[in-house]
Order: sequence, then C-alpha cells, then structure tokens
Amino acid sequence: MSDTGGEVQTHTVRLELVDEPGELLRALEPISEGGGNLLSIYHERGNLTPRGHIPVEVDISCAPSRFDNIVESLRDTGVNVIQAGSERYDEELVVILVGHLVDTDLSDTLKQVESCADASLTDLSLSAPRGRDETSSARLRLKTRSGTNGDALAKLEAIAADKQLQVIQPLTEASQ
Amino acid sequence: MSGARLAVLGAGAVGRSVVELAEEYGHTVTAVADSSSAVVDPDGVDAEAVLQRKSDEGVVGDDDPDDALGAAYDVLVEATPTTLGDAEPGFSHVKQGLERDKHVVLANKGPVAERYGELRELEADSEGKIRFEATVGGAIPILSTIEDFGPTHITAARGVLNGTANFILSRMAAEGLDYEHVLAEAQDLGVAEADPTFDVEGIDAALKFVILSNVLADGDQEFTLEDATVDGITDIPGTALDLAAEDGRTIRLIGESTPEGVNVGPRLVPADGPLSVTGTLNIVQLETTHAGRLNISGRGAGGPETATAVLSDVSRLVD
Repeated sequence: MSDTGGEVQTHTVRLELVDEPGELLRALEPISEGGGNLLSIYHERGNLTPRGHIPVEVDISCAPSRFDNIVESLRDTGVNVIQAGSERYDEELVVILVGHLVDTDLSDTLKQVESCADASLTDLSLSAPRGRDETSSARLRLKTRSGTNGDALAKLEAIAADKQLQVIQPLTEASQ
Repeated sequence: MSGARLAVLGAGAVGRSVVELAEEYGHTVTAVADSSSAVVDPDGVDAEAVLQRKSDEGVVGDDDPDDALGAAYDVLVEATPTTLGDAEPGFSHVKQGLERDKHVVLANKGPVAERYGELRELEADSEGKIRFEATVGGAIPILSTIEDFGPTHITAARGVLNGTANFILSRMAAEGLDYEHVLAEAQDLGVAEADPTFDVEGIDAALKFVILSNVLADGDQEFTLEDATVDGITDIPGTALDLAAEDGRTIRLIGESTPEGVNVGPRLVPADGPLSVTGTLNIVQLETTHAGRLNISGRGAGGPETATAVLSDVSRLVD
C-alpha cells in the first residue's frame, strides 16, 4: 500500500553475535542512532547457532525507510544480520461486512470487534447507497497480532452472526 | 491407442458430446441411454442419427434404458444428472458396471461426492476401475495432475470451480450491477440455468471440492457434502464488490480442500491475483510438498469440454 509507506511499522531483526563482552551493546547502537524505537530484545543466551554465535532477536519500530538504513549500518559495524524486515506484529486483515449495518448499530459492531477480536480498526469504508432499508457493505481494515488472524476472524464471525451480518473473509495464508 | 466399446448413460450436454466425439478418439459407442430410452448396437451406433433423434423426438432409440446397461461394452460412461444423498440412479449404474468387471468413467458428481468409500470398495472387488476427471473442473486435468504428483504430495487444493457464480461475480464487479440483474443476464446468455440454486448457493462447487478432498485423503478419511461448510453468493450486494475493488481486491466464490475439511464461500482475493479469473473460467491451485504452488485453469464446464475429460479417462483405462 503506497499510502502506508511512511507509517511506523514493527520490524523483527535476528542478529548473530560473537560471544564477547560488549557485543550486544555494539549491536544496539546503530538502532537508536538510526531513529529506531527498540521494543524488545530476546537474547538467547546458552543457545548457540551452528557457527557458535549467540542468536538475538530484536523488535524495532520505525519508518520503513529508516529501517533499511538501520540494517545497513548494523552490517557496516560487522554485526551479522540473519533476517530483516519480516513483520511479526501488526498483521493486516481486510474483511467486508454485509447486511443491515446501520440498523444493527455499526459503531457498536466496531467496538465489539476492537474489544473482543483483539484487533484495532485502521480504516473503515461504508457503502449504503439506498439508505437504511437496504443491505449495505462496509470494508474494515484491521491490525492484528501476528499469527492471530484466524482467532480474530472466528470472533468476528461470532459478532457478525449475532447481528445477522455476513462476513466476506479474505483468502489468507492462515486459511491455507 | 486401442479402441474401447462405450456404453453412455445420460444424454445431456456431456453424454451427447461423448457420443459425438468418441470416434475421433478411436472409440466405438455400442449403447446410449437417456432416462426413457436406449439404443444398442454391438457394431457401434450411428452417432449422428442418435443425436438427431434425441433433438427431434427427445429419445435416443427404441430400446429400454436398462438394455444399455446389459449391452456389450468395455467402459461404462456415467453421465446422468448429479443427484445428492444416495446419488441414485448413478450409483447403481456404476455398481452394475463394476460387478460386470467393467471400467466406469463418471461425469456425474453424485456418487463420487456422496458415496466415495462404497465406490472404492466396489472397485476393489472388481477387475474394472473407476475414473472421474470430468466431475471436477470440466476439461481441466486436475485429478490426473493429483494422480501424477501422488495425493500425499498435495497438501491443499483451492480455487474457483463454478463458472456460473464466477461469471455473476465478475459481471457484478465490472458493471457495478446487483446480483438479480446479472443473474437475469446470465440466464439470457445460457450461462445460468433457469433454477440456478446449485450454482449460486455453492453446492456444485462444494461437491467438486468434496471430491478433491476424497482424492487427497486417499482413503484415510471420507467426505460428503454434509461435511462441507457452504456459503453462496446470493446475498452479496454490488456495494461489497465496489468496496473490494477500491482496495485492489475482488470477491470470488472460493472453495478449499484441506485435511481439515471442505469449505466454499465468497472470499476477498487480490484483483490481479491468479484466483480472480473472469467469466466462466475455472482455476484450481494445488499446494505441493516439494514443488510449490501449481495453478491450473481453463474451461470448467460445457459439453465438448467435459466430454474431453471423459474420453481422456477412457483412453487411460484401456491403453
């Protein structure tokens, strides 16, 4: 999506560090210097990679353009970056709701989705051209935690069934 | 290729096309039956005359339909209309063929979707074999592809296997029209039947995905239509397709066969992705264990298209 190109996103970087004092700190410097917000560090001490290095997983939030620079400067300082750019959090889920959306209190529906389905609504488009009597449609763009799309969809289906709304689900990798 | 003698049961679009094209494939039709009549000739029926009589008088000959089952043939072609539940009379036709140790090729989805286990048991006790490429995706070689890979090397199948529903959804998206409007147009064009229930409620697609699941399960598990979760497209308003289009997506009636089961329903898919075929085209995606994803698409219905699949099955059985 081009309209989200500048948005702050969460990135997971997997690093391999040499087992020497100060290595972790050295690896984190380029992240803060590059404008990344450090969210979590998972330092798998005691767990060695086949090459005898210590694997470290770091979650950063920053704009995509900055992320590339951070990865570059990490590599410049000699840190081995195994995996970069795959988002573990903030998965996107787009669904279309069909039915008597206005009569069944759309804002209540959306509130339920946000609270029960553990998803945050980032965008809503409503199309109800013939007023309240006819079927209308709404496109919901939701952010969910990684790996929870299936759960979120199941809860969404339950909320919709309660109000006799139809959910048009995306064909997701999860459903495969 | 060695020629086979065919007994063709059913004189709908598929049965008629099999009779018409058999000679071109090196086979001889020795019997044809519809629901009320039959024609039997051990030396081969006159295909043109039979088809002419069917179109003029509504019968294929002067014999009793049961005479076709008793005729001399090598392969029985079961192309009677699909029925649900006990899948009769199709199931009994197949049974009689196998009990005579003859091969049977099905274009009728009923027996394969509803009584798959029993079919396989009958086949195990027979010298004859069954094939049913024509039941899934018309001319598209889906089942033979699965056979070539081996069912254990395919982890899932998904796609569009109903041309009528796909035609309606793609017209709704292209023209911004509502369901009823496009359905009427499809009926005028002959793309939808007068009673479109089977197609638009997802039942036809579900039967095909049930068959795919049966083939993929390879005897470990049996599925019937009752095991499938099925939603149709009749409640989808034009506005839903508009909203999908604004987001670079569209809605298609997608079926999925996985080890967990079968489901068919309208789904959001990328507008420029492989699954968003337009018009009456069908597509199936197979997830393979070692070779990534296969997309196979083509014409999923029609007399000559489906007859092609029937005759390919016949050739595989007798070669």
